[in-house]
Amino acid sequence: MKIRQVTSLQKVLIAALGLLFWPSCAAAHLVTTGLGPVYDGIGHLVMTPEDLIPVLAIALYAGLRGAASGRRALFVLPLVWFVGGLLGFTLESLPAWPVPAVSFMILGVLVAADLNLSQKSFTAVVVGVGFVHGVLNGVAMKEGPGVLGLVGILATLFVIVTLVSAFVVSLKQSWSRIVVRVAGSWVAAMGMLMIGWMMRGQV
Amino acid sequence: MKASKPSANYIFLFALSSKRNRKKILCVLCASNERSEWAVKLTKMNRIPCLMINARPSKIVLTILFILGLAQVACAHVEGGQAAGFITGLQHPWSGLDHVLAMIAVGLWGAQLGSPAIWILPIAFPMMMSMGAMMGLIGIPVPGVEIGIALSAIVLGTMILAELRPKLAIAIAMVGVFAIFHGHAHGTELPAGQSGLLYSMGFVIATGCLHGLGIALGLVKGLPAGKLALRGAGTFIAVMGVVFLWRSIM
Repeated sequence: MKIRQVTSLQKVLIAALGLLFWPSCAAAHLVTTGLGPVYDGIGHLVMTPEDLIPVLAIALYAGLRGAASGRRALFVLPLVWFVGGLLGFTLESLPAWPVPAVSFMILGVLVAADLNLSQKSFTAVVVGVGFVHGVLNGVAMKEGPGVLGLVGILATLFVIVTLVSAFVVSLKQSWSRIVVRVAGSWVAAMGMLMIGWMMRGQV
Repeated sequence: MKASKPSANYIFLFALSSKRNRKKILCVLCASNERSEWAVKLTKMNRIPCLMINARPSKIVLTILFILGLAQVACAHVEGGQAAGFITGLQHPWSGLDHVLAMIAVGLWGAQLGSPAIWILPIAFPMMMSMGAMMGLIGIPVPGVEIGIALSAIVLGTMILAELRPKLAIAIAMVGVFAIFHGHAHGTELPAGQSGLLYSMGFVIATGCLHGLGIALGLVKGLPAGKLALRGAGTFIAVMGVVFLWRSIM
């Protein structure tokens, strides 16, 4: 049977092939889009469920409460998020509080129960959630996209709240509003599980 | 590698054997500092191809060190393994028949009871299920979890079979108690290295979809033979519950 002697060039090729097959991390997280800081901010919000789901839940609840609440959330949420983000830029780090989990639970219960909060109470909830998440974003983004990243987040918040709350407002049939409330119960359930994972140290 | 008297100072020999017959060698890869007569003999004897790489040990060691020393991506981002966590969570509720049947039973029963139970039960279940999962995560034991899961199938199946209509509060309480058992058993099984949040999302969404499937199936009650079909489904779930109970006790 034929014995093939490997030449120098073939040795290099085999080594190169070995390098190609060397396992490496995919690093597919798209926080840095390569399209500039504004898009990095957009990517950060869209790719971070800890921030995205509370925003969706606020939009769902605002939609359930009607057009007036939707308009209020539309302007208040980006504003307080921005203020929180600016504050976050000045902070070094934050203690590991289960902020997203608490946001999930509060907003999920509000949507699931379809609680009839007053406009003031609703605004307070939006301010609280938006500000705290803004601070978290500010701390996370000060070394990266910075203020322009925050602007990208604000634009995304505006678009998400507009589209989602307007969609929910337009729902007239009772079963479609029930579907929204079921989604709220899922958000609350996720929040409860997140607290459990945090207490176990696996988040 | 059999002990032999190699002509070279060192030999790295890799023999690829047949998958069916491990004794049958298909080809040989030999790395040696000079032509290895031992490898040649092995190759000729078995009539197999041989790829022989002649190189100094220092070159091979340097190549290995070079590959090991290659800079890798740090992967320090805390959100690694997200997609895997979501898919694992999404798959988990479908992996056990006991869980699947109980989830569908909740939807079926809700559809049979009609409004408002049709939407209150699927809202109550995931919330109480996550409560059970949280109890499991923080180490609060729940006795007889498997028995509770089996009983959920028996009781919910019987309710559907008998078309029982308890008060809404009682129905919610029943579903909520059973949900704690399901959450305690299934909600805590996060594989290492995966995102807890994404696992939770997948798990809750899959459970909700099973409720939705149950509600959709329950809508057959509007058809001529629909009520009978619904009661048949309840019978099947109850019988399977007895099987689960038997297994959990035995």
